[in-house]
Amino acid sequence: MQMRFNKSAPAGPRNLTALKKGESAILERIDMSDIDAQRLMELGFLPGHSVTRAHSAPGGDPRVFRVDGSEVALRRETAVHLILR
Amino acid sequence: MDDCHGPSVATLPPPETSGKQHVVAIVGPPNSGKSTLFNRLTGLRQKVANFPGVTVEHRMGRAKLDHHREIYVVDLPGVYSLQPRTEDERVTHDVLAGTMKGLPKPDAVMLILDSTNLSRHLSLAAPILSLGLPTLVILNMADDLHGRGGDVDAKELSKQLNTPVVLISASKGTGVEKVIEFLNGAPKHLPPKPPLLQLPVLQDVPKVRDWAANMSRRTNFRAPAPPLWTRRLDGIFLHPVVGPLIFLLVVIGVFQTIFAGARPLMDAVAAAIQTSGKWIEAAMPDTPLRSLIVDGVWSGVGSVIVFLPQILLLFLFIGVLEDSGYLARAALIADRTMARIGLQGKSFIPLLSAYACAVPAIMATRTIENKRDRIATILIAPFMTCSARLPVYTLVIAAFIPEKPLLGLFFGTRAAALLGLYVLGFLAAIITARLLKSTVLKSTRAPFILEMPPYRWPTVTSLILRLIDRARVFLRRAGTVILAVAIVLWVLAHLPLHAGKAPAIGESIAGMIGHAVEPVIRPLGFNWKIGIGLITSLAAREVIVGTLGTIYGIEGTTQSMGLQAALRHDLTPGGAAALLVFFAFAMQCMSTVAVVRRETAGWRWPIIQFAYMTVFAYVFAFFANRIVSLWF
Repeated sequence: MQMRFNKSAPAGPRNLTALKKGESAILERIDMSDIDAQRLMELGFLPGHSVTRAHSAPGGDPRVFRVDGSEVALRRETAVHLILR
Repeated sequence: MDDCHGPSVATLPPPETSGKQHVVAIVGPPNSGKSTLFNRLTGLRQKVANFPGVTVEHRMGRAKLDHHREIYVVDLPGVYSLQPRTEDERVTHDVLAGTMKGLPKPDAVMLILDSTNLSRHLSLAAPILSLGLPTLVILNMADDLHGRGGDVDAKELSKQLNTPVVLISASKGTGVEKVIEFLNGAPKHLPPKPPLLQLPVLQDVPKVRDWAANMSRRTNFRAPAPPLWTRRLDGIFLHPVVGPLIFLLVVIGVFQTIFAGARPLMDAVAAAIQTSGKWIEAAMPDTPLRSLIVDGVWSGVGSVIVFLPQILLLFLFIGVLEDSGYLARAALIADRTMARIGLQGKSFIPLLSAYACAVPAIMATRTIENKRDRIATILIAPFMTCSARLPVYTLVIAAFIPEKPLLGLFFGTRAAALLGLYVLGFLAAIITARLLKSTVLKSTRAPFILEMPPYRWPTVTSLILRLIDRARVFLRRAGTVILAVAIVLWVLAHLPLHAGKAPAIGESIAGMIGHAVEPVIRPLGFNWKIGIGLITSLAAREVIVGTLGTIYGIEGTTQSMGLQAALRHDLTPGGAAALLVFFAFAMQCMSTVAVVRRETAGWRWPIIQFAYMTVFAYVFAFFANRIVSLWF
């Protein structure tokens, strides 16, 4: 467990990939370029709002997240940049 | 007449006769039911169009109003904001601002939002209202909202926004009359007063979202319960074991439909074309004109129209998958596999469609927002074994490969050869995708984002309208490009006249061209007759079958031979293998070239693609000829 966690977020803050299925957390910030961050915010990934992990593709990537009344799938490579509070 | 009386007269002149076109734009986020409403309003009076210089398409239609009047309605791409970051957003912004070439500034806007997700969708109201155009806010999916225990006070929202608001269900048709009422008065609506709650700074997404949340709170919006059925269905369709199995069943189902299911329909169309050709033949005197019409036009165009049932069935399938919401799940499941070859989940369905025809497949890549991924998908799509290759494959395989059982009754040598050709095309696509994504199309790391819409029942109207639209596109191609090629080929095969009679095919212009290219294609094992076929099949692959039919039909010595026997007479086994490989890889299709040019807005990509595929085909056909010739 410890190993996997380290691999996904090398000594960094907790990000979206840490959420287990059905688990919720509050989004802190999006560590991406302004354009990408704005696009994610328009889809409901808003700092201060809750994110819930839902289903995933077979193999666990991409994963579906419930945000602001809708469901959006992100790849692991994107999800690691969404930092949780 | 009415125009002369000034603005006090209520009637709007019909669009055809009025000096100024009256246009109302439909705007809304993706999956808000925009297209469903558009279809309700316009029905068959619609067409797909492209703005000059951009690859985003839009639909224009005419909505019927009172007193036999009509008004133009334009359906714009689905967007969440008007910040011009993507091409979709830029087009929407430019149309609404009136700066889009070829379209007058809309007289009014219909903003359609999903009422079940109102607090988020209202975010789009801020940039739309700040445009100052007369606006009708349409809260769609009222049935779903109420069904799941949600509610909204449309009157209060109207008061708060200072613009009319209606609550409708576009798929059921309830409330649509209120939309038509708005359209009736469209050219005379006044610009809205600003909303009671001051509009936020539009660039600040969290501020806009807060504004939308405040707005929905003021209108007693009660959010509906979570979509229970969608969660239940996702439990099955995205189940780690069952999900992929269902996915495979869907893919097999699509294949089965394309090949087995379409067969009887295609046979029926082919029979109808043949019979009607005979009627024409019997009804006309024996002149060159009859030969042109029957042998040139009728059989040439007929050979393409045969594919219509197959293409329509495929689009029926894609339509059901897309409208039901399963397409997004399929993209999710396919994403990891597609990522290995440098593409993404959204490329999967276009590539699957390419097994029927590359043209609709390339149009279907519009759902891929990432430009590089989209171009990569467009460039590899023609490698997929489209149905136009099938007549060529079947002919050559039947002529050269004896049928022997391999695995029981159902899988023989011929089926294996056909499967091998499918695999070959698929491998070429993978190699090319890898090559592209590691060189010229190295991705700019734009994040892969896939929205999962709730599952919904597809509506029959929207499925039928989609099929009619596809049929129109396809038949237009048959009626123009293919028709022209059929006529040109017939003329080239019948000129120059010798003593008033058509020449032997070898002495005709077509024959001369065939002889001229022979040195180039000899290393592949092809003679000048195949050369003519290769040239005519530049129009469309299946044309070669008709061409060879014409050539061998005209040539006296082989007249009695069937086409298969004639091919065996003219091709070595090595040449036959080379012909199959050449058709697997070459971009022998003018329609595909044309659609790539349109979708990539320029000649650069289609030219690169055509050159690449031709060289690829030539090299591998050369080796196929050499290797097979060693054995046989």
